[in-house]
Amino acid sequence: MTIGSLPPRYRISINQVQCMECGRCIENCPYGVFRQDNGRILINSRNCTACHRCIACCPRDAIMLEEHPCDYRSHPLWTREAREAIYNQARTGKIILAGMGNALEYPVIFDRLVLDACQVTNPSLDPLREPIELVTHLGKKPAKLDLRRRESGDVELRTRLTPNLRIETPIMIGHMSYGAISLNAQTAMARAAKEVGTFMGTGEGGLHSTLYPYQDNIIVQVASGRFGVNIDYLERGAAIEIKIGQGAKPGIGGHLTGEKVCKEVSCTRMIPEGSDAISPAPHHDIYSIEDLAQLVRGLKEATEWKKPVFVKIAAVHNAAAIAAGIARTPADAVVIDGFRGGTGAAPKVFRDHVGIPIEAAVASVDKKLRDQGIRNEISIIASGGIRGSPDVAKAIALGADAVYIGTAALVAMGCRVCGNCYRGLCPWGIATQRQDLVDRLDPDTASTQVANLLHAWTLELSELLGAAGINSIESLRGNRDRLRGYMLDESLMQVLDVESVGA
Amino acid sequence: MDGSGIRQALSMMNERGSGEGAGYAAYGIYPDYRDSYALHVFFDNIRENKPLLDAALAQWGTIEHDEAIPTYDQPNLRAVHIPWRYFFKPDATLAPGSTTPEDDIVSALVMRVNAARRGALIFSSGKDLGVFKAGGWPEDVADYYRIEDYEGYTWLAHNRYPTNTPGWWGGAHPFNLLDWSVVHNGEITSYGTNRRYIESFGYTCTMFTDTEVVAYLVDLLVRRHGLDVDLAVRALAPPFWEEIDRMPGTEREWNSAIRLAYAPAMMNGPFAIVAANAEMMVGFTDRSKLRPMVVGECGDRLYISSEEAAIRAMEPNVESIMMPAAGEPVIGRVAP
Repeated sequence: MTIGSLPPRYRISINQVQCMECGRCIENCPYGVFRQDNGRILINSRNCTACHRCIACCPRDAIMLEEHPCDYRSHPLWTREAREAIYNQARTGKIILAGMGNALEYPVIFDRLVLDACQVTNPSLDPLREPIELVTHLGKKPAKLDLRRRESGDVELRTRLTPNLRIETPIMIGHMSYGAISLNAQTAMARAAKEVGTFMGTGEGGLHSTLYPYQDNIIVQVASGRFGVNIDYLERGAAIEIKIGQGAKPGIGGHLTGEKVCKEVSCTRMIPEGSDAISPAPHHDIYSIEDLAQLVRGLKEATEWKKPVFVKIAAVHNAAAIAAGIARTPADAVVIDGFRGGTGAAPKVFRDHVGIPIEAAVASVDKKLRDQGIRNEISIIASGGIRGSPDVAKAIALGADAVYIGTAALVAMGCRVCGNCYRGLCPWGIATQRQDLVDRLDPDTASTQVANLLHAWTLELSELLGAAGINSIESLRGNRDRLRGYMLDESLMQVLDVESVGA
Repeated sequence: MDGSGIRQALSMMNERGSGEGAGYAAYGIYPDYRDSYALHVFFDNIRENKPLLDAALAQWGTIEHDEAIPTYDQPNLRAVHIPWRYFFKPDATLAPGSTTPEDDIVSALVMRVNAARRGALIFSSGKDLGVFKAGGWPEDVADYYRIEDYEGYTWLAHNRYPTNTPGWWGGAHPFNLLDWSVVHNGEITSYGTNRRYIESFGYTCTMFTDTEVVAYLVDLLVRRHGLDVDLAVRALAPPFWEEIDRMPGTEREWNSAIRLAYAPAMMNGPFAIVAANAEMMVGFTDRSKLRPMVVGECGDRLYISSEEAAIRAMEPNVESIMMPAAGEPVIGRVAP
């Protein structure tokens, strides 16, 4: 025995007095934590992922979960995670996979920014009595208008405008592919997007026919594997997004394991059943900014210049300059995905160590585009770690037009952020293709919950705007005067272009 | 009209101020130098600050004449600057390729001088017009400059209740750039957005106050983008989407276009604004009308004020008084 067994990460216990041995925990746990033996329920805590499915299903609140029940000798450098990663790799010699977003304890910049409100010198607005506009238009906009007055006095608009995407609230649901998540999960989010008047992304998984009724609220994605892309797919989407990179794993491609490629997934992805779907790191037709511009034009041409085209990049050090390059293509919006962005599966080193926070990325992209006088010509969509309406408001005040949420929408459908999405056994029916598990997610209930979440955030945004004396979201955009930094260092405040609290 | 009437009008609204800033702008006061840009400058001192400005102006054109602006000590007004005026003709050949070379040179000079903060602040830069302002009560400021000695055809005046930069003369209204002068009651909650937008077009905000962006936005939209003034107002205080969505075809189209193209120029928060240039005067409020604005007419004269009392003080026989709807511009054009 060289390494031996490591202490289990979680300990599940059952209060025998409370338990009525109904067996729901056994049925619900796909990881095999529970089993019945001679009328008793036995527990194997080692299999537990802290998905909470058993706790949610237990009618008697008999189950309790504890994290890290066994201590290591504490050490500030050689943390439990560092040691366990080494044991793992010493055994396997492999890259460690992980799910969800960045799990290191970096400071959350959003939590060190506070919002403003009016007192006396300007009145705050009451959203119940005054209109507060959250309507947002995403897409190319002209730098100036040529408006002429005809002799009759009528105004004539001589500038041709590019079609924009209109959203009723500046919150959209980001790209999570069919394959990575279940069709029920996608259907629920698509319905919610339609109800709320916003959009949902397909991810790089094609568009299943079940989603056709919601296609006017769907953004289709073209990524490096080109899975699911054909002209029908492009024409169905309300907009098209080219995915260059992802915040959870900047610089690398994607991998959907063959086990998740069931018959339906194979059809929408247009690949053989059971085969791994591997998206290469770069697009093999994009090796320069001009190649990207060509693809943008190509997609626009294919769809007769009727659809907005977005370009999504991971927030990396040079994001501002890259975004400035994208702004010079006919692209309508640049999506910046911060290093807290989620994923079904990513190498842990990328998830935790590559890329920069969305707050800093949005601030620097907005500034760079302004310095070049082209900020209003392209939209900025921020994503990666948006947890609530204050994050939305702060992202917009830092310069975003709108945000994508991902994890938050999954959490609204029950996800407990256990981070085992890549295993395909999601007990909540979200990140899985196993039919019995998928069936656990009722698209009707789930869509109501996602819609509720979007409604609630929208209401909160109106209140925040009203309190700040602003009746239209565009007056918050890039309005960093309405933010203050609390316990942020000087250089970061310079990047964010915000003053300190009290200043 | 000489300045005595508007001095009287403004004094009716002293409870709207705090005695820390007031000012006047008058059009048509320098007929002898009609073709020169009248630059009004606050110098901190003459010996150190003036030679620098003289040199900068000489580099870009010809100073036709310059002199101290006549002032008269007032017991309640502490003079912290020396007001000076230049009549300046820029050399148009120094801005080749521009369709408005003289305006471009003068506005660039204003931005540069004011941003450099070398004891000189150009607070008025149009032709045949001048801004007179200082820290003090309106009557004291009027008497300090003896504004009744000036004959103009359009007057703006403002009484300030400063909260951000009390007492600073540069912070008093009106704000001016080239032909446009602006007075403003309110606080622009979108200032951070507006400032960053206007600065991306080469303007520099130097006055520590929100009103200056209004002057620059009007300059950008009207002079540089060529919008009619009512359309520029529509960009600054646009209709709500709810209204736009109900408009018929082409009207909806151009109103949407204005909101999309000029979203960062849109001003939020409570305000009533009067802006003027040589040809017109325009008043408008924010689109919820959170600040008052009253309009009076008498013969060929148009009055726009926060209060009716001020209009009646200036024109007891005013023929009509009305209160325009939120965001609706009131435009008076100077008869040719």
